[in-house]
Amino acid sequence: MTDDEVVADLRRRVDDLLIRHDPATTDRLDFMRARFDAGLAWVHYPEGLGGLGLPRAMQSVVDEPLAKASAPDNDPRRIGIGLGMAAPTILMFGTEEQKKRFLRPLWTGEEVWCQLFSEPGAGSDLAALSTRAVRDGDSWVVNGQKVWTSVAHKARWAILVARSDPEQPKHAGLTYFVCDMTDPGVEVRPLRQITGEAEFNEVFLTDVRIPDENRLGNVGDGWRVAMGTLMNERVAIGGGAAPRESGMIGVVADTWRKHPEVRTPAAHDRLLSLWVEAEVARLTGTRLRQKLASGEPGPEGSAMKLMFARLAQQLSSLELELLGEDGLRYSDWTMVRPEIVEFTGRDAGYRYLRAKGNSIEGGTSEVLRNIIAERVLGLPPEHRDDKDVPWKDLPR
Amino acid sequence: MSDLNLLYTDVEDSLRDSVRSLLEDRCPAERVIATYDGDTSLGPELWRALAADLGLAGLLVPEALGGQGASAREAAVVLEELGRFAAPAPFLTSAVIATTVARRAEESELVSALASGTTTAALAVPFSAGPATFGSDVLRFDDGLRGNVSSVAGALEADVLLVPVPTETGFEVHKVDRDQVTMEPVVSLDMTRQLADIDLTGAASTLLIDATDGAAAVRDALELGAALLASEQLGVAEWCLESTVAYLKERRQFGRIVGGFQAIKHRLADLWVEVESARAAARYAAATAAEGDPDRQVATALAQAYCSGAAVHSAEECVQLHGGIGMTWEHPAHLYLKRAKADQLAFGTAEGHRATLAGLVDLPV
Repeated sequence: MTDDEVVADLRRRVDDLLIRHDPATTDRLDFMRARFDAGLAWVHYPEGLGGLGLPRAMQSVVDEPLAKASAPDNDPRRIGIGLGMAAPTILMFGTEEQKKRFLRPLWTGEEVWCQLFSEPGAGSDLAALSTRAVRDGDSWVVNGQKVWTSVAHKARWAILVARSDPEQPKHAGLTYFVCDMTDPGVEVRPLRQITGEAEFNEVFLTDVRIPDENRLGNVGDGWRVAMGTLMNERVAIGGGAAPRESGMIGVVADTWRKHPEVRTPAAHDRLLSLWVEAEVARLTGTRLRQKLASGEPGPEGSAMKLMFARLAQQLSSLELELLGEDGLRYSDWTMVRPEIVEFTGRDAGYRYLRAKGNSIEGGTSEVLRNIIAERVLGLPPEHRDDKDVPWKDLPR
Repeated sequence: MSDLNLLYTDVEDSLRDSVRSLLEDRCPAERVIATYDGDTSLGPELWRALAADLGLAGLLVPEALGGQGASAREAAVVLEELGRFAAPAPFLTSAVIATTVARRAEESELVSALASGTTTAALAVPFSAGPATFGSDVLRFDDGLRGNVSSVAGALEADVLLVPVPTETGFEVHKVDRDQVTMEPVVSLDMTRQLADIDLTGAASTLLIDATDGAAAVRDALELGAALLASEQLGVAEWCLESTVAYLKERRQFGRIVGGFQAIKHRLADLWVEVESARAAARYAAATAAEGDPDRQVATALAQAYCSGAAVHSAEECVQLHGGIGMTWEHPAHLYLKRAKADQLAFGTAEGHRATLAGLVDLPV
């Protein structure tokens, strides 16, 4: 089929969906299921798994008429971990049974997913993690502690990396699982952060039983599977196509326009310098997306995240200074567990504090610089004395 | 506004290949360095090859007038390569800026002569003059022009000067032959684009553009120059990054490859991000200029505000990270530092471009 024919065919499918399941009279969940079954959920996924095996760019042909028809969506911000991390990993490494079982309720939002990767002792050095998975017949018994898990308290499933073989060097002894968050051995506790709220959780795993059929990828192949997940995360955090002045620069520019009394020549030049950097970063993202027409994440995504984090921090810092006396006030320190996190949400004080996490989460800026230096520029890798030592013999 | 292609087309890539292979052949660093010691023979040789053999003098001239009918996108790619070699060639001053003014004047004879490379021209304004800031003290009398213009780029190579002359209602642009003026070469910070002070006293001139359109003609030409200078700055930045990375993969101290120290790796990673950002900004400026896109003034000010600093930073990092060798006359790093710093002051400063942006995007002081 030519591109035009593909577009025409997609439009027909959308029309057909809307006729058979009128959004005005169809139950929200029924509509989402029908959309998935029609292959219109994510068109770049295979047929039978919510897609049609088309290029990712064709998704807009579906999304636009559906939005126009006021069709419900799957509230993607609420299920970001599932859509952005779990789904591509399941698609890449899962068995046919796993894909059939997990992808549909993941996409419709019926089942929320979370991610059990980081540990108190394994942040940037994720491969050093120590949560143990011990084989016991047809299942695995998992013990350990995970951290920085958003929506763990809402989640039905988790993607989990655990150590299946401590005799192997750290990267080799890991296995990737799908963990049932309703297992009685799973305990979720909110993790309060510097903003006052608890966006994340600590998750304690005590004798959690995972059937072997919920393993993703081969035993000992967990690192490779996890890397696939994390490259998807960085692309997601680095941001998608956005109009000029979206994100933090838009918030600060609005403040500037609405408050003539905050303007000084020195602040003006700072604002303009940051405006220039934000706009250039946006164009760099546009250029990157044009380059990665295939949609495959690469190390260049690290550059976008690096820029995004620095700009968010500098802009939110400037905003507080602009506000003067008002910058001394904070909306609310009460501990809450927000379901949706907007970096540009709430007040200026929140934005300033939350932005501090941008250079830590999803790969610290320091690790990202190593990635660029090594994979893009081809500079020598860091010394890794622990690389070939059995994990059990590492100092900790 | 972001639908414009920010990548390089196949045509642009193949143009780049021919410019680069010519420059690799004809523009060795030691001959560029020699221009600082008074051997200026490289410039005219190089320009003959670029203008005639590759036809770059007429790149922006329509085919009907003997040019190649290309757009600002292709000119930008040529400038990237000229920047990569710190090449002493009047492409920007003659083939871009003066040619843009001549085309506005619809002087087809002059345009054809410029396109063929038989004539080279320069706009007689200081190199530091930006589209928003240029002026002129030159006056027209019955017996000719009177006045001086200092720090003009491309004038030493020019056969013809295009001189903005203020009148009561605006600016006229006059054409003045080289033999009508006294020209004093300037010992310039960047001798690969040597400046000249021009004394126009008594110079005979012909009116090219009258006062109704002269100011706009000069402004538009300088704006295109500023937009495309960003690509030259990108080329400078790119060479500095690449040569530094290459050197630090070889250089050993303390028994280790220096490029393996994390303090160095992180600086180079940041620099790579900066250079890739400069590329996006420069490509956007070139693409909007090529399309006559309504966003082109924003794009130009943005590109200058960003790329001028990126080139300087890249050149400074190049000198620092080369260590002692980067400080020598023999190593070409200084060519790029001088070019980058001079380019930063050309067509207005970054601060000036930010002030322009403030007006364009409604962020008043």
